[in-house]
Amino acid sequence: MPSGASCLARSDVWASTETRARAARAVLFPAGGVAAIVASIALLLMVGGYDVPRALAALWTGSVGSWYALTSATLVRAIPLMLTGCAIAIAFRAGVFNIGAEGQLLAGGAGATAIALTMPGAGTGALILALAAGALAGAGWAAIAAVLREKFGVLEVISTIMLNFIALYAVSFLVRGPLQEPTHAYPQSSTIAEGVRLARIPGAGRLHAGIAIALIVVLVAGWALRHTASGFRMMAVGESPSAAASAGLIDVRRVTTLAFVASGALAGLAGAIEVLGVTYALYEDLSPGYGYTAIAVALLAGLDPWRGVVTASLFAALEAGAGAMQRDAGVPSTLVAVIEALLILAVVAAQAVRVRRAGVSSDSAASAREHAV
Amino acid sequence: MTLTPPALALEGISKRFGPVAALDAVSLRVEPGQVHALLGENGAGKTTLMHVAFGMVAPDAGTIRVHGNRAHIGAPSDAIAAGVGMVHQHFTLVPAMTVAENLVLGGRGLLHRDAMSARVSNIARATGFALDPNATVETLSVGAQQRVEIAKALAREARILILDEPTAVLAPAEAEDLLQWLRGFARAGNSVVLITHKLNEALAVADTVTVLRQGRVVHSGAAAATTARELAVAMIGEESATLAAQQMDSLPPGGQSHDSGPENAVLAAQRIVVRDLVGRIRVRDASLTVRAGEIVGIAGVEGAGQRELLRALAGRCEIASGSLQRPPHIGFVPEDRHHDAVLLDRSLTDNVALRDAGSRRGRMPWQMFRAHTRALVHDFDVRVPSLGTTMRTLSGGNQQKLVLAREMTEPADARSTDLAHAAAKTLIVENPTRGLDVRASADVHARLRAARDHGAAVVIYSTDLDEVLALATRILVMRDGTLSEVPIDRDAVGRVMLGTV
Repeated sequence: MPSGASCLARSDVWASTETRARAARAVLFPAGGVAAIVASIALLLMVGGYDVPRALAALWTGSVGSWYALTSATLVRAIPLMLTGCAIAIAFRAGVFNIGAEGQLLAGGAGATAIALTMPGAGTGALILALAAGALAGAGWAAIAAVLREKFGVLEVISTIMLNFIALYAVSFLVRGPLQEPTHAYPQSSTIAEGVRLARIPGAGRLHAGIAIALIVVLVAGWALRHTASGFRMMAVGESPSAAASAGLIDVRRVTTLAFVASGALAGLAGAIEVLGVTYALYEDLSPGYGYTAIAVALLAGLDPWRGVVTASLFAALEAGAGAMQRDAGVPSTLVAVIEALLILAVVAAQAVRVRRAGVSSDSAASAREHAV
Repeated sequence: MTLTPPALALEGISKRFGPVAALDAVSLRVEPGQVHALLGENGAGKTTLMHVAFGMVAPDAGTIRVHGNRAHIGAPSDAIAAGVGMVHQHFTLVPAMTVAENLVLGGRGLLHRDAMSARVSNIARATGFALDPNATVETLSVGAQQRVEIAKALAREARILILDEPTAVLAPAEAEDLLQWLRGFARAGNSVVLITHKLNEALAVADTVTVLRQGRVVHSGAAAATTARELAVAMIGEESATLAAQQMDSLPPGGQSHDSGPENAVLAAQRIVVRDLVGRIRVRDASLTVRAGEIVGIAGVEGAGQRELLRALAGRCEIASGSLQRPPHIGFVPEDRHHDAVLLDRSLTDNVALRDAGSRRGRMPWQMFRAHTRALVHDFDVRVPSLGTTMRTLSGGNQQKLVLAREMTEPADARSTDLAHAAAKTLIVENPTRGLDVRASADVHARLRAARDHGAAVVIYSTDLDEVLALATRILVMRDGTLSEVPIDRDAVGRVMLGTV
């Protein structure tokens, strides 16, 4: 877990207990979480009158039951979730409620496709350029909402949701207009040349090199949040803009804008990787809602990008398994959406309980109210 | 031996927070018609005990009786139904709503706007408070907001009124008015519990005084039968009481200014003008020079512009015109620490690292910050279970001590890995001891004087005029945005503050 605590001497009592607690949490949290999820799925299946053992077996084989399922179904889905989850974590940490990862992902996919199609056969250079274009497009899409927020005080929760729809329809236009494949028969772009694709990992089915990019990006982002001055500023601003400005002399607008744009860049990168590693073309339904699931991924991970790797994999496995349940046991895949929603509720409730407990012991009235004037 | 049962009786109340026994079998009897002062240091359990009485904290053991009847108080609504009202240290009003709307908040059924205004008028008549039912709460002064808070409790027919440090936010004259009013309210057959750590206040207004220390009752009896010294010893122990008294007396008011000419000026403002967010002028052509080795005290009634002046000097708000020379690093201790100084849900180390985070580059030197925090906690005697705990778990006094500690030392150098622990050269402090107990206040005063003796340039403002008089080497009075120098004399300062020269 992210911690400079490990570099402290063992005699430092608080550091060692803290580290131990974190280690314990790191092991117990996913284990308990998985058990609770499987139990609630079983319960819902029972209530719905489905064949519980058969459905659960399908859930297992469809997600982690085989090497193929693990790599080609679960991990392939985990890549965009890790990146968008990280995007959400960064934004939320800085107090920016970016609900627009979905739109930023689509913008990134479109940007990457445009570059990849205009410079075919240029190899690794073109691939890197296409990835960068995706990140840039995502950042640009987020920048619209960032400017609306800082200049006009438009709530980003509203603007980013609206921009999600605009992005969806923009992609829909692109694949029927400027970017449509030459025969004009299908609403999709031409296929991206092999040289500009992300390579598949040998022996791991459809799993591609994007997993390495995602892991490195998440690793660096998680480290930067805790260990760079810029990351610390984002955290401080998210915690209390007034204290950040007054005690830290932090330029709050600059920090929130930076976090917003960085968040968009990560979501855009996710879209680029999806196009260059999975679909090899731009489609309207490029994303099955990764940008929304990302919110659950980030919240369940306590807005920690590193823990987000675990929760992203968990949600990816759930969604992969849901597909199998639908095929093999006739269970509608929306059941998994219900589980995801329940998970978020459980996390939010647990957080509320923790805040209550901590608050009452000291100054409950103070925390309940922000001082006026 | 009274025949009438006590208005409020808490019997054998115990409460633990984790390993800490916040309250240990505490009993308290509040008689009708009396003001009962509840004294104690920060963290002694005063507020927790009253939160139990008001249903905000569930006790582990003990019973509550109201007018002799056992009351089950599990939530504030139960307390209100039983006739108990509480005025919190941090108000619980909705700033954007009017006085009338705030008063009826929490009621049931349909809202009759006409009846609402009539009700406010009734309360205003009964209490003698001047309440404008249509004024928005955020436009009111702190003192007026407090009166709305009291009126709110009375609107719900409270016969037992609990007030948590009510005078901490008031100017001296306002505080006197409030205490007078509380006496009158009690005389009419009601009861008042006054949480405070101001000994003189307790002795002046209360009939009965109870002292809590580390969650236990260490003294309880008639106010007339005790002395300030006795109460101080009960609160903080013989040794500490002597020490605190010495520190208070160690320097005559004013002290000695170092002989320093204008060339020693650390902070110099020339005819600065500061406007608020709406564009109104709050500071008008203010000029002042602060030299190394002096404490400049600012006095003024609430809203006279001192708040904006302090922020301008500290570089926390822009000046509209004029010139300001100031060093790059200025320690600033704002009065509202929850809002402006700390990250409540972050560790102490994070809070120390917050200082000057705006100009830091590259990596955060966490190891150095941890060592720095440990040193500050040790040097300033901040009581903490561990450095990893969040700011929220600290008592108000300890939070303030950590903020002072952070601001009174030069910010740690980003590149250096050793302890940058030099004393701050310039310090701007607003209400330095707000919410602090006797011992902590004496400690803060001693540290401010020590900083001055080490050559720091200090500017302080306090709503407590006596505090300004005790600390300052020079006093400037702020009135309607203009600044004028006044000799260190209580009457003279008071006259200029009110504009009755």
